[in-house]
Amino acid sequence: MGRIFRKPEVMTDEPTHYCPGCTHGLIHRLVAEVIDELGIRGRTVGIAPVGCAVFIYNYISVDFQESAHGRAPAMATGIKRVRPDLIVFTYQGDGDLASIGIAEIIHAANRGEKFTTIFVNNAVYGMTGGQMAPTTMPGQRTTTSPFGRKVEEVGMPIKIAELLSTIETPGYITRQTVIKPKYIVQAKKAIKKAFKYQMEGRCFSLVEVVSICPTNWGLTPVEAVKWAEETMLSYYKLGDCKTPDSHKGV
Amino acid sequence: MGKILMKGNEAIGEAAVRAGCLSYFAYPITPQSEVSEYLARRMPEVGGVFLQGESEVAVSYMIFGAVGCGARAFTTSSSPGISLMSEGISYIAGAELPAVFINIQRGGPGLGGILPSQGDYFQSTKGGGHGDYHLMVMAPAGVQEAVEMVMMAFPLAEKYRNPVMILGDGLIGQMMEPITFPDHLRTEPPNKDEWASNGMDTRKSSKPNLVKSLFLDPKELNAHNLLLKAKYERMKKEDVRYEPYNIDSDYQILIVSYGTMSRVCKTAIDNMKEDGMEVGMIRPQTLFPFPEAAIHDAASKAGCRVVVSIEMSVGQMVEDVERCVRGKCPVEWYGKCGGEVPTPEEIAGAVRSLLEKNAGSFGAKY
Repeated sequence: MGRIFRKPEVMTDEPTHYCPGCTHGLIHRLVAEVIDELGIRGRTVGIAPVGCAVFIYNYISVDFQESAHGRAPAMATGIKRVRPDLIVFTYQGDGDLASIGIAEIIHAANRGEKFTTIFVNNAVYGMTGGQMAPTTMPGQRTTTSPFGRKVEEVGMPIKIAELLSTIETPGYITRQTVIKPKYIVQAKKAIKKAFKYQMEGRCFSLVEVVSICPTNWGLTPVEAVKWAEETMLSYYKLGDCKTPDSHKGV
Repeated sequence: MGKILMKGNEAIGEAAVRAGCLSYFAYPITPQSEVSEYLARRMPEVGGVFLQGESEVAVSYMIFGAVGCGARAFTTSSSPGISLMSEGISYIAGAELPAVFINIQRGGPGLGGILPSQGDYFQSTKGGGHGDYHLMVMAPAGVQEAVEMVMMAFPLAEKYRNPVMILGDGLIGQMMEPITFPDHLRTEPPNKDEWASNGMDTRKSSKPNLVKSLFLDPKELNAHNLLLKAKYERMKKEDVRYEPYNIDSDYQILIVSYGTMSRVCKTAIDNMKEDGMEVGMIRPQTLFPFPEAAIHDAASKAGCRVVVSIEMSVGQMVEDVERCVRGKCPVEWYGKCGGEVPTPEEIAGAVRSLLEKNAGSFGAKY
């Protein structure tokens, strides 16, 4: 019998630093599998974020640049404009992309920059210790919303995938999750499609991945999955928000 | 090639193209927008990249990305825009990337004004962004020198893998002067395969390159800071540039002045010479590394009673001048700002009154 499951070649042997139950490792693996399957390791450049995933370059063995908080889309733009032949992806969290870097992601998407963004939404700032993010759910307790997110004071959580889908420039914008195996298969398909659109030079692509952060949510991994499925997925609806084919365009 | 008449901002854009820099990212701001307007037409002619970013913050990271994958890239801005870029400049210095930034200074603080100023001396020579770093800073005194410095800036940035800033001002950007473009051998950033994230296939390697500025281990960060310091020390040894003026005369007063201000000072010095009064000048062409020894030596010359730093600011470079003179004689400041440029007559008046004020100074004699 042949081997049917193995570590992606592009993944290193380094054990990850992620907390028990964290989904970053899973999402890294999906990106790594896609890089392997598309045979693009030698021309891929990743942009590491500020946040828990800053050390992504220890786990995925391709060229990397390390970004400042929120600026990854501008760096990816710089790379793609001077080296359109490289395959560039940013890997960003919700504090990074939806708060401090919202201008950079909107303008990169609007220019139709031909790179791919993996946007990990776990409704909280992870690395700094669980503060409220623009994506934090109404009523959700965090270290900076100790009485729960009050929408009358700080507004509703930002739906990045829907927001970016209002842009008229063609793009591929989708929301996925990895909290259960059935979703993981779909998420991988979406990530692969996003990279393929880039390789074809077609459009900007962004895969939002609804994720869990058991440590900062103060839940066990099993409880976190349940909370994400019940609370987040009813607000952050899964599926494609926009494809380059569906878009009416100009 | 013969002389052509060109506006400073446009000449800066052309000089970069001729230096082999085919990527330009920028955000509009007065008084330097003509660089962008020029390159928006010129870059497509040479197959280069022109992109107007959404903000100066974003532009500084577009430069990071482009330079980080081994391309030559530069941007131009003016004072408030450079403040916004300072975050990215700190990361670029931390990641040891050879980018070129050009600041066509205007008055500040805040929105300030749009006329020439030298108020960003501290910002460019002492930091601007956070952390222990320095830029190499060059200050042209005219359009011809701006062209030459732009063409030097790329190889210098690559020599040190450190960002280089050209600190001009609105006058240099806006005025037209006859210029000659030096012949320039187009070079590539050397050894970029050793550090650039240009794709493993590009450099036929199986080892990934990582461009980063994060060092969580204090020992590692300390070592990194010392490595950066060693570069700055090397700059001080190998790349200090300055122009002495009337320094062989028997001057009693020494001017230190740079950029646009130094040109007016030269006229004042020539006029005073005709009236029988000798004044010497050191014009720093690099503000970092600063011509420390040249200023110290010129201030130590027998007969020199006082040194004056003449600036289009309320006195920033004067602190470095004091540091270099090391008490050999009194150090004074004279200047105007906000877009006001002292005239040769005003400079001569200031020089005379400062000399009178310091008549009791024996300067280097004691």
